Amino acid sequence: MKVSLNWLKQYVPFDILPAELADRLTMAGLEVEAVTDRFEYLNAVVVGKITDVRPHPDADKLRLCTVDTGDQTLCVVCGAPNAKAGIKVPCALSGAVLPEGLTVRKSTIRGESSEGMLCSEAELELGPDRSGLMVLNDDLTAGSPLNIALNLSDTVFEIGLTPNRPDCLSFIGIAREVATMVNQPVTLPEIKLAETADRIENHTSVTISDPELCPRYAARLVTDITVAPSPFWLQDRLLSIGLNPINNIVDITNFVMMETGQPLHAFDFDHLAENRIMVRTAKENESFTTLDGKERRLTDDTLMICDGEKPVAVAGVMGGLNSEIEETTTRVLLESAYFNPISIRKTAKRLALNSDASHRFERGVDPEGTINAVNRAAQLLSEIGNGTLVGGIIDEYPRPFSVSSIVLGITKTNQYLGTDLSQTEIADYLESVEFKVEIKDKDTLLVLPPTFRVDVSRPEDLMEEVARLWGYNNIKTTFPKISGVTNLPNQSIKTKDRIKDLMAGYGFSESITYSFMGKDACDRLNLPEDDPRRQMLDILNPISEDQSVMRTSLVPGLLDAMHRNLSHQVRNLKIFELGKIFISNGQAKQPSETEMLAGLWTGTRHDMTWHGKPVPCDFYDLKGVLEDFFLNFGMERISFSKMEDDRCAYTQAGHTAKILLDGQPIGLIGEAAPAVLNNFNIKQPAFIFEINVNRFLSNLPETKMFVPIPKFPFTDRDITLIVDNPVQAGDILDKVKLFDEKLMEDIRILDVYSGPPIPAGKKSISLRVVYRSFAETLSDQQVNLVHQQLTDRIIQEFNATLPV
Amino acid sequence: MENRIEQIKSEAIEALKEVADIEQIKSLSVKYLGRKGLVTLFLRNISQLPPDQRPEAGKQANITKKELEKAFAEAISDIENQDQGAQANAIDVSLPGRPATRGTLHPITHITRQICSIFGRMGFDVAEGPEIETDYYNFEALNIPKYHPARDMQDTFYVSDNIVLRTHTSPIQVHIMEQNAPPIRIVAPGKVYRCDSDLTHTPMFNQVEGLLVDEQISFGDLKGILEAFVHEIFDEQISLRFRPSFFPFTEPSAEVDILCVMCRGKGCKVCSNTGWLEVLGCGMVHPAVFENVGYDTRRYNGFAFGMGVERLAMLKYGINDLRMFFESDYRFLRQF
Repeated sequence: MKVSLNWLKQYVPFDILPAELADRLTMAGLEVEAVTDRFEYLNAVVVGKITDVRPHPDADKLRLCTVDTGDQTLCVVCGAPNAKAGIKVPCALSGAVLPEGLTVRKSTIRGESSEGMLCSEAELELGPDRSGLMVLNDDLTAGSPLNIALNLSDTVFEIGLTPNRPDCLSFIGIAREVATMVNQPVTLPEIKLAETADRIENHTSVTISDPELCPRYAARLVTDITVAPSPFWLQDRLLSIGLNPINNIVDITNFVMMETGQPLHAFDFDHLAENRIMVRTAKENESFTTLDGKERRLTDDTLMICDGEKPVAVAGVMGGLNSEIEETTTRVLLESAYFNPISIRKTAKRLALNSDASHRFERGVDPEGTINAVNRAAQLLSEIGNGTLVGGIIDEYPRPFSVSSIVLGITKTNQYLGTDLSQTEIADYLESVEFKVEIKDKDTLLVLPPTFRVDVSRPEDLMEEVARLWGYNNIKTTFPKISGVTNLPNQSIKTKDRIKDLMAGYGFSESITYSFMGKDACDRLNLPEDDPRRQMLDILNPISEDQSVMRTSLVPGLLDAMHRNLSHQVRNLKIFELGKIFISNGQAKQPSETEMLAGLWTGTRHDMTWHGKPVPCDFYDLKGVLEDFFLNFGMERISFSKMEDDRCAYTQAGHTAKILLDGQPIGLIGEAAPAVLNNFNIKQPAFIFEINVNRFLSNLPETKMFVPIPKFPFTDRDITLIVDNPVQAGDILDKVKLFDEKLMEDIRILDVYSGPPIPAGKKSISLRVVYRSFAETLSDQQVNLVHQQLTDRIIQEFNATLPV
Repeated sequence: MENRIEQIKSEAIEALKEVADIEQIKSLSVKYLGRKGLVTLFLRNISQLPPDQRPEAGKQANITKKELEKAFAEAISDIENQDQGAQANAIDVSLPGRPATRGTLHPITHITRQICSIFGRMGFDVAEGPEIETDYYNFEALNIPKYHPARDMQDTFYVSDNIVLRTHTSPIQVHIMEQNAPPIRIVAPGKVYRCDSDLTHTPMFNQVEGLLVDEQISFGDLKGILEAFVHEIFDEQISLRFRPSFFPFTEPSAEVDILCVMCRGKGCKVCSNTGWLEVLGCGMVHPAVFENVGYDTRRYNGFAFGMGVERLAMLKYGINDLRMFFESDYRFLRQF
C-alpha cells in the first residue's frame, strides 16, 4: 500500500520527519519497505527564462527557443503555441525522467539541435493543462530546480501490510495508527449530503438471495452527472500513490476506497435491466465479460451482482463490461457492500483476478463502514460530477455483524508478555486504538474491538496490541525457566552428520542439489519401464520443465553437477550428496521419502602433483572409500557382489557391484554407463555410488566391542592358485572366512594376474594367510598342517590348480 | 710409557684439527681406535711392560681411548650440525607434499550445525519431519485455514489438493507436539519449497524451526533466547530489534532484525537502505495451534521461531548470489 504524506496529513496532523515516521510505523507492525520523494524527478527540471523565440527553418509548428537556465543558455525546440520571449517556464534538462515515462535527451529535431524540453503542467503532473507551456511566476529564479522553486514536496511510503491488518489498507486506517503515535485525534472528512425529495426506493431495489455470501449491500443513486476528467486535486491524490485518473466517477470510487478502505462500484444505472440489483450466485459454466475485456467462465458458487436479467459484476472482484461507466453516463448507482471474505477469495483465485477490491474484501472490510463510504462517494459525485443525489439509501443488511467482548486478564497479560503494566496503562493503550474498554474487576478488562479490527477475537490478540503499543523493544529480555529434561531420539541426525564428516574426510565435497528433476530424468538414466524410480511425484505448478517432478534418484543431480563443472574446466571432481528421494504412492498420498547417500568421483586419483604422473581414478579407488566407510561404522557384514540379472541401467555391466548388508542390497557402486553419460553430455568416465541411508541407519551396530590385542607372534604363508577367469577373488575370501579355521587370523589378496604363462581363460591369484593363536606361539609344523588343509579345501572348492 | 700414550693422544688431537670432513675423521678414528689402531695396539702390548707399570698404563690408555672416541664423535656431530642444509643429498623442502586432500561440507551444513549447536547448548533437541506434507500439517494445524489470505504469504507447490511441498519447517512443530507431551524444546532444520524463482528466491531453500513449550513462558523469554542466539551466531555487540509482524500460528508475532552487517546501519543495497536485516520470524504459539494438538492452553504456553539458513550463510560468508548454493560449482563448494 502506497501512502502519500501530504494526503495522510488531511486526516491527522503531525510534524515528525518522514524518516522517523517510517521507523515508527515499522515498529508498530506496518513495515515501511520503501520511502520515496514523489517530486524527485523535478530536480532535473529547472526554471527557464525564454529570452528569444525564432521560427524553426524546417517545420511550421515548431519554434526555436533560447532559454536561460541560470548557469547556461540552451537552445530548445518547442511546439507550444504560448512560447514567447520573456516568460518563465519549466525546462527539463537532459537526463530528466518525466512522470509519464519520457526521458529527456539532447537531440536533433528536423535538423535543429534541442538541448532540453519545455514542459506543460500536465507533462509534469502538476496540473491538468497540456495545451501549452506552464507559465511560471516571474519572481522565480532561473536555474532553480522546480521542486524547490514551487516548494513541492511529498514523501511516499510503500507499506508492506501483513494480511491481518486490512484496516490499514486505507488512509484513514493508517491515520489512526499515526494518531496514536502523535497523540492526536483523527479528523474524518465532513460529509454533507444535498438529497432531493425524491426517494431511491421509487427507482430501484436490491434483492440478496444469498445472505451468507453477501451479508450487507448498500446503494445510492446519483443522476444528472456529467462524466469528465476529475479536478486536478483529485487526480493529484490518485497520481501521488501511482493510480491513473480515468474520469470523475471512477476516480471518486477509487479515491473513497483509498480513503476509507471500502471498495465501491459505480454502475451505469441506465444499463441495468429493470433498473434493479439482484445479488445471487452464478449458474454453473455461465460466461461473463469483465471490465478488462476478458470472458470468464463462472462456477455456481461465484457471487454475482445482477440486474433484472443478467450479471453485471463479479461481486467484490471486478465489474462487467456491460455496465461500465461511459462518457454518456448520466445516472449512476453506487454500490457499497460487505461480501463474505472466503467467497471473494475463492472467486479471485479461480479467476486469477486480484483487484484492489478483492484484495480488501478477502481480508475483511469494516462491515460498519459501508454506509459512510457510499455517502462520501455520493457527496463527491454531487460536488464534482454536478450530480443530483436522489434521496435516501438502500441498506440491505440481512446478516447484521456483531462483535463480542473479550475478557482480558491483567496478570495473565503481564505474565504472557513479560511486562509489568498497570490496568490503566493497558486500558489506555487499547483505547488509543479505538477499542472500548470496561473495567470488570481489579484484574480484568472487558474489551470490545472496533468493527474494522477484524483480526482481533482472542485475549492473545489484545496482548499483541498492548505489546506493540508499549513497544516490543521495551519488553525486558528474560530466560525461560527450564522444567524437566526433554530427550528426543536423534541418533539418526547424529549419524547423518557423521556420514557427512566421513565423506568429507575421504576427500569428497558436499553438494546440495534441487529435490526436483525433469520428467525425462529416468529416461536419461536409461531406467527400464518397470523401475520403481519411474513412480515420480508430479508437481502441479512447477517452475520449469526440468523441475517438474520430485527426484527419485540423486544420480541425475550429481551427473548434471558434473556436466556443469566440466563446462567450467573443472575435470577432477569428488562430490557427494545426502538427501531424500521421493517415490510416489499416487498423487493423492504422501510419497515414500528415503534418505540416500550418493557420490561421484571423476578425473584423477589425486590432484596433479610433481610426485608422479596423474593416475585416473578407478572403481577400486571408490570401493576402498566405501569399505573403510562401512568399517568405520562397525559394519563388518557388508559385501560387494557383482550384478547379474539385476543389473543397473546407468552403470556399466561388469563394472558394477551391489553392496549387500547381510545379503540384503543396501547400495551400489560402479562406473557410469557411457550411454548414460552421453545423455548428460559428459565425455569422461565417472564412478558413482549410492547407499540407502534409511536401511543403513536401521542396521547400525549398537556398540563397538574391544578385541584383545594378541600376545603371541603371527606366522604367514603365501599361496598362488590358478582359477577360471570368472571366479571372483572376493568370493574366495568370503568362502575361506566361512571355513571357520580358528588359527587363521587374516587372509588377503597379494596379486591377481592373467597372461602368459597362465593359460588362456585362467588367472592366478596370490593370497597371504596369517596364522596366529591366542594361547601359544605356533610351531612351523602346526602352521604347515593347517595351511595344507586350507589350501586343499580352496583348490577343491574353486576347482583351482597350483602353478606348475 | 706414559709419554708414549700421551704422544699418541696429542698426535691424534692435532690430526683431528687438520681434517674437515666426516670421512677423514672416520679414517683417523680407524687409525687410532680401529682393530689395528695405535691405541688398540698399545693396549694389546701392555703385557710386555714391566708388571708395576701395567696398571697405570692400562688406566691411562683406556682414558685416552674414551677421550678420543668422544672427540671423534663430537667432531663428526659438529660437522653434521653445521652443514646439514648444505649437504649434497638435502631435499627441497619447498616442494609440495603428497596430496592428502580433504573434502568440504556445504555452507548450509556448516550454518545449520552452528544453529543447532547453539540451541543445543540451551537445551533444545534436534527434530526432523517429512518434506512432503498434507495440507493439514502445513497449513490447517498451524491456524492457516483454506482460503485464508495468509496462504498468499507463501507460494505453495502443490502435488494434489491435499498434498503440498512443505513451505516451511513449522509442520515439524505439529508432529512433535502430537507425539510428545510438554515440556518441548526443539530445533528442526530442513529443506522447504516455495514456488518462486528469481535473483533472490530459489524454489528450494533451508530453514531451521524452533519451538519451546512449557509453563509460564513469556514473550520476554522468547526475546532472551533469540537475543542469546543472535549474539552468539553474529557477535556479542550486534544490535537487534523485535518488530511486530504477523504469522497465523503465533500471537503476538515478531520479526527480528539485526543492524546491517554490511553498512552497520547506514543504509546500503544489502539492507535496502533500511539499515536493518531481517533474520528471524518468531512469536508466542497461537492458542489455536495448541488446541489443534490437544495441549491445555491454560497450563502451557510457548514460543516458536524460524529462520532461513541461506540468508544467514550469505551474511556470514559474504555470499552475494543465492543460487550458488544449489549449483554444485566445485570452485564454490571447495571454499567451505
